[in-house]
Amino acid sequence: MSNPQHLQYSKEHEWLTAAEDGVSTVGITAFAADALGDVVYVQLPEVGQAVTAGESCGELESTKSVSDLYSPVDGEVTEVNQAVVDDPALVNSAPFEDGWLFKVRLAGAPEGLLSADEYAAHTGN
Amino acid sequence: MSTTRRTALDARHRALGATMTDFAGWDMPLRYGSEREEHNAVRTRAGLFDLSHMGEIAVAGPQAGALLDHALVGSLSPLAVGRARYTMICREDGGILDDLIVYRTGDEEYLVVANASNAQTVLDALTERAAGFDAEVRDDRDAYALIAVQGPEAAGILSGLTGADLDGLKYYASLPATVAGIEALVARTGYTGEDGFELFVDPASAEALWDALTEAGREAGLVPCGLACRDTLRLEAGMPLYGHELSTELTPFDAGLGRVVKFEKTANEGRFVGRAALEAAAEQAAAEPPRVLVGLVSPGRRVPRAGYSVVTAEDGAVIGSVTSGAPSPTLGKPIAMAYVDAAHAAAGTQVAVDIRGSREPVEVVALPFYKRAR
Repeated sequence: MSNPQHLQYSKEHEWLTAAEDGVSTVGITAFAADALGDVVYVQLPEVGQAVTAGESCGELESTKSVSDLYSPVDGEVTEVNQAVVDDPALVNSAPFEDGWLFKVRLAGAPEGLLSADEYAAHTGN
Repeated sequence: MSTTRRTALDARHRALGATMTDFAGWDMPLRYGSEREEHNAVRTRAGLFDLSHMGEIAVAGPQAGALLDHALVGSLSPLAVGRARYTMICREDGGILDDLIVYRTGDEEYLVVANASNAQTVLDALTERAAGFDAEVRDDRDAYALIAVQGPEAAGILSGLTGADLDGLKYYASLPATVAGIEALVARTGYTGEDGFELFVDPASAEALWDALTEAGREAGLVPCGLACRDTLRLEAGMPLYGHELSTELTPFDAGLGRVVKFEKTANEGRFVGRAALEAAAEQAAAEPPRVLVGLVSPGRRVPRAGYSVVTAEDGAVIGSVTSGAPSPTLGKPIAMAYVDAAHAAAGTQVAVDIRGSREPVEVVALPFYKRAR
């Protein structure tokens, strides 16, 4: 699955949409979802929680392992995807669409994120 | 330079788009697609596994049986030709070096199959323990590729490729046969909790056999399966895995597998490596039960994993440790195996697991989690 050109990416394999009214959507990439294997449990941050770029704000559990979920930006969580909590397999089946994880009101301009092509180079794809 | 070894089926795995992983120095398929779908295929139809990383050691000669009786905790010399047995090799102090399947392939010939990670250790130990016996220990790791077909459709798939009497082949038995024109040792063994077969063949024939099985199994829904689902399958079946449930720190009695130790051996006047320590361990286990290997089932979604503490639900006191855990595709819940203090080992006991700082309730259940209908 290719990385959508309109998103920005973190080296920790999150993606971020361009902000609309100051709010961006966050998910994990197809590369990350594939590396995890079947995701069976997703713990997301709470609405209203402050998140910090590069810091853990949740976890993703797959058959074989547990991984931290990092926020790609500083901000405040405005919404979480309950559908993915109920059906974690969405992370595998639609990582860039229905498998989105949370929305965040940006505290500032995102820093240090990669373009789709830069991220592809980062993952060696 | 990489020293990672590749099996004779490596090109097939790559052509199938497998996610590969390093396992005991081998580059092995972890999964081809979804490990959950592979798991379910083995439970309901059939799965095809490359297990060529397993360590085959031939033991041959007039005293092959006596050597194995001396070197292993089981009693192998009375084993009938064509039968197989689950056993262990222990140190002098009783610690488990590995668990093994031993096939008797002839009057004076046995095939010992060790875990990939322990193959060299087992080979070295058997070689050393062979001193004084009229028997040869031969490293046959490169002589075999090992392909397994597991699942309720396995017998049907295989029967279309061989004239061998599969109906007459019992569980834990083997016979030499021709499968799809390829000479194989066909064994009714496996590590999935399902009916199935393990086929030992010349590595040069492995691709042809893999392809023939793939073709023969197409209609029955056979799919290639990786190590990820092999682990969840064996966990549901309550089968121990070396490095998790078994280690040099434990005797077979500590692991709840004291039944594999045979003190009444016919050969060597009953002497075998580890006997004294194991007698003491047996007495100790009878007098004061050690921690007991149990199953845990979680009503939640977070998974108890290897190394996590088992604690009391009331005050969080540590009463054991998880050895293996995974979401069970068959039960639809997280399951785990754990060693717990005997006082908390009864089925139905409510305990908890410390999952990264939070105390998650789990129930103790009897193993296995899954048993196929026969």
